[in-house]
Order: sequence, then C-alpha cells, then structure tokens
Amino acid sequence: MKQQIEGSQAVAHAVALCRPEVMACYPISPQTHIVESLSRKVKAGEIGNCQFLNVESEFGALSVLIGASAMGARTYTATTSQGLLFMAEAVYNAAGLGLPIVMTIANRAVGAPINIWNDHSDSMAMRDAGWLQLYAEDNQEAVDLHIQAFRLAEELSCPVMVCMDGYILTHAFEAVDLPVQEQVDAFLPPFEPVQMLDPQDPVSIGAMVGPEAFAEVRYLAHHKHVKALAEIPRISQEFQKIFQRTSGGLLKLYHTDEAETLVLALGSVNGTIKDAVDDLRAEGWPVGSIQLCSYRPFPSQALRYAIQNAKRVIVIEKDLAVGRGGIVSGEVKIALQGLPTIVDTVIAGLGGRAISKAAVIDTVKAACLEGLEEPHFLDLNWEAINRELTRQAEQRRSGPTPENLLREMGLSGGKIL
Amino acid sequence: MIEIRIHGRGGQGVVTAAELLASAAFRDGKVAQAFPSFGSERMGAPVTAFCRISTNSIRSREPVAHPNVLLILDSTLLHQMDIFSGLSEQGIVLMNSTRKVEELGLKDWMLQHPEVGLYSFSASDLAERHLGRPIANVGMVSGFACLTGALTKGSVQYAIQEKFPGKLGELNAQVASEAFDYVSTHIVQV
Repeated sequence: MKQQIEGSQAVAHAVALCRPEVMACYPISPQTHIVESLSRKVKAGEIGNCQFLNVESEFGALSVLIGASAMGARTYTATTSQGLLFMAEAVYNAAGLGLPIVMTIANRAVGAPINIWNDHSDSMAMRDAGWLQLYAEDNQEAVDLHIQAFRLAEELSCPVMVCMDGYILTHAFEAVDLPVQEQVDAFLPPFEPVQMLDPQDPVSIGAMVGPEAFAEVRYLAHHKHVKALAEIPRISQEFQKIFQRTSGGLLKLYHTDEAETLVLALGSVNGTIKDAVDDLRAEGWPVGSIQLCSYRPFPSQALRYAIQNAKRVIVIEKDLAVGRGGIVSGEVKIALQGLPTIVDTVIAGLGGRAISKAAVIDTVKAACLEGLEEPHFLDLNWEAINRELTRQAEQRRSGPTPENLLREMGLSGGKIL
Repeated sequence: MIEIRIHGRGGQGVVTAAELLASAAFRDGKVAQAFPSFGSERMGAPVTAFCRISTNSIRSREPVAHPNVLLILDSTLLHQMDIFSGLSEQGIVLMNSTRKVEELGLKDWMLQHPEVGLYSFSASDLAERHLGRPIANVGMVSGFACLTGALTKGSVQYAIQEKFPGKLGELNAQVASEAFDYVSTHIVQV
C-alpha cells in the first residue's frame, strides 16, 4: 500500500520484513533514523526472532555481524561516511569470508573538512572491498533494493551494500509502495548458508592463506561478482513478478534510443537528470540518460551495449579521485574501449552541494557545443579558489585552507582574534 | 506543480510543516515530496524546508529555488537572510506575525513586486492559546490550505492527527481549524 513516508522509515520497514536475525548498529547521521526505527521495532517485538545489539563503534557493529553471519544468522547494519571508513577492515573481511551481510550506506561525504552532507565518497572508498554495491534512485527503489539485496547476498554468499543518498533520500518524505510480509516471504526464502559454524559439523572459517592459494581465493571472489552480473537482472525480474514493479537491475535507460548524448549517474540525481533530458528533448537536443544501479559488479558489457551508438557520454559523479578526476568515468572509458565515444567527467554535488536541473542542462549544452575540460567541476566558485591560491603563493604560513575559504565567503570559521 | 519553501528557526517545526503539507496532499490524491535543507540544526538557527505538490510524478531532487509559495514561520528572519530569493513574481507569501502586512517594513519591496500576494496572521498566538507553546507550523500549514485551496481542510486535519496521535493531535487539529477559519474570514474574503 502506498504511504507518504520518510525514506529512512520506509527502509526500516522493508528491512524488518526481511526477517533479519541479528542487527548491530552504531548511529551516525544521516543513517540514524533507519537504525533508531529498527531498534524500536525489535524492542516492540515486531521482528520475530531478532537481536539488536548496541555496539561501541562501527568496527564493532560489522565485527559482530561477521560472527553472527558465520553462525548462520541473517544479518543487517547501516552506516555512512567516517563510520564506513572506521569499519573498513571488517568490510574487507566480510567480503573476503563470503558472508552475506546487507548494509545500508546513507551516502555522505568523507572528511576532512568535516561535512555531514551527501556525496558518494564513502561507498566509493570501499568499491574494491568485494561487496556488491547497488545505488537507489528514489525511496521506492531504496526499499525494493534492500529486499533484493538479502536475496542476492544469500544466493551468492557475498555481502551487499545498498547505497541511498544521505538526506536527499533518507530524509525525504514521499509516497512509497510499502511491501507486505506475504510478498517478501514469497520472494525471500529462509537463509540457507553455504558455510556455517556448527558444533554438529565443525569447520573453521577464516583460514590463513599463503601465496600458494591467495590469488585463487581472490579470483573466486571476482568470479562471484561476474556471476552477479547475471543474478542481479534475474532477481530484479523475479521481484517484478511478485511486487508488480521494476526496481534494480544493472542499469536503467531513459530515452537512450537515437540519443547522441547520454548522461550517466548513480543514485538520486537521476531524477533531476530525467527532468533535464525532457527539457533538452523539447528543445530538440537528442539526449538520453542512464542510471547505473549496480556499480559493483560493474556492468561493462551492458553499458557498452547501451552506449555504443552515442557520440558522447557525460558522467556526472558525486565523488573525486584526488589527483586523477572521476572514478566512475574512468571505468566507463574502459568499458567503451575501442569505440569513438567521448567520455566526459563532471564532478558534482560534493559535500551536499545541490545539483540543479539548470546546471545539468547548461553542462550538456556546453559539452556538445564546446566540449568540457577533463575533469569538469560543476559550479565551482573560481573567485574564492583563485584568491586562496594567490594567498598560498604569496605567504608561507597561509593558514588552514577550509577556514580561509569560509572567511573569504563570509561564512563562519574565521580567524580567532 | 506548486513549489513551497518554508523558513523558520530550529525548534519551530519547520520540517514537520513540510511533512504535513506533503501528507495532506497525498491524502488529497496528489503527489508530494517534502525535504529539509539539511544543516546541523539547533534551536534558534535558521531552518528551511521544501515541499512540492503535483498531479504528476515528481523526480527532481534539487532544493526549491523558485517557489510559488513562501511560508515564513519567524518574521525576524526577514532581516537576516534573502528570504524572498527566487520567489515567483505572482507568488504568495504567508507570514506568521502579529503585525499587519503594512507594518512589516516591506513597503519598498511590495512596490517592486506588485503581483506578489503578501499576507500575515499570528499562527503563534493561536498555538499558544491551544497548546501553551507558540509553535506556528500547524497554523501556517492550515492557513496555506485555506489561502491557496491547494489542500482540503479535511486532509490537513487528517495529516495532523496522523502525525500527532492522541491529545496533542486533537489540540493541533483545533489550531488548524481556527487558523483555517481565521484566514478564510480575515484574508481570503477581504
């Protein structure tokens, strides 16, 4: 039934219907509303056989889940930003051990400077840890991807991150078709682990592996992701049969037929991009867009097929590989190797800066008419940047950059007098 | 599509106002989206929230930069920030204030924007009387419904009772009802 509901509450509702057995969570904005809601549901006895553990840190949260998952429990947690980095060691361990944990990432920038707002720096930092990463466009998809994530994780015995834009989705109040228990039960069978710590049938999990077998274990992790490229669309189709709506899959295409220019992005900015595509098409620009839903595994073939006839693809990404440029655009370029397609990188939305439809439209036009420098930073305040560069060139003790910029812009954080 | 921007201060229920607008619109069978401008909110700091109401799907995620309607829960913000930024020339401004529109020190601004409808009433006083606290949000949401006709009175009442169950909901529903009637007789019919 459709309900007007906050994204975080909707996701908590969906996770509860997946019948998790152990949740260990440490609150951090903008993930807090999700785990608060889940802890209340567990306390109220609404999630049958489930334990909710208050832990001392994010590292503790995921470490608890590694143990619980190895014991055969269905496990869930959520985090963001510095919290995800703090659990980094356990993030790699969960994937390396092949434990099907599901974790929400309420995407947020990574400091310093400290910033609580949205971008994709956090999950991108963990992109090679071995987890599947699915990115939601809206709260309906965030709900649906969580249900699909448990199924995927358990079928592949591989952990899954469901990434939803912090605040933009977690705190947005919109209509969501909330699933019911019968639907979720029909879609998601009870967890049957491929490995389990069982006193009746003892095994060890977490062996030390030397040079003679480490690469083979790693290859098999990669193989799992290759398999996921087929599993993700299959599970999305099965989801559609039961829930009567399309969610997930590797990528979603919008007016890509006959499009000469495509805009590609992850997450919630795709809504604004679609509005921009409509406006551009009304003006006669042959433009379309692609939502990359599965970032890990990276659907190179599907992307190549979707993009092959376009002249140009503009990748709008909410992250920055400092010293290089775009993270996603680099992977898109490799996927398109040998094709004449131009790939532009647009770094946008960092630290919560809004990405407007007007800016998307202007960028597409500029790219088509004049081309873009590589990488292109959307909406930068060049005046402030140049003043700071001048200051740094003129004086050795130029002071802390963030504070200098804030003072330049008349915001707080100035010099203590 | 109606795009609404709500200004107030931390603790005044700005985010809740946006939620109530969206809930009531949903109840009326419309599509709605509400979201706060995210900051490290604290009591007294300026807070902004947004709401879009449409008959079609809403895909945009950008903050409302060009509102049709401004709801200003705290008139002291008038002199602290560019509160009218991006407002449509035919837009509507509803202000929570004990002062009449002419007394708000906006004469020059009003002359420059002759088609903007600027209205004020004291939603805080109404709330103070019923709740014992001057929380203007519910009265302003109800005032918006009456002034624009974008939401039905019944849906606003429903959204309030859904958000605040029990006694608090009843009291807030009374605030909403009185605000609706006040705006109807003192603003709409004038």
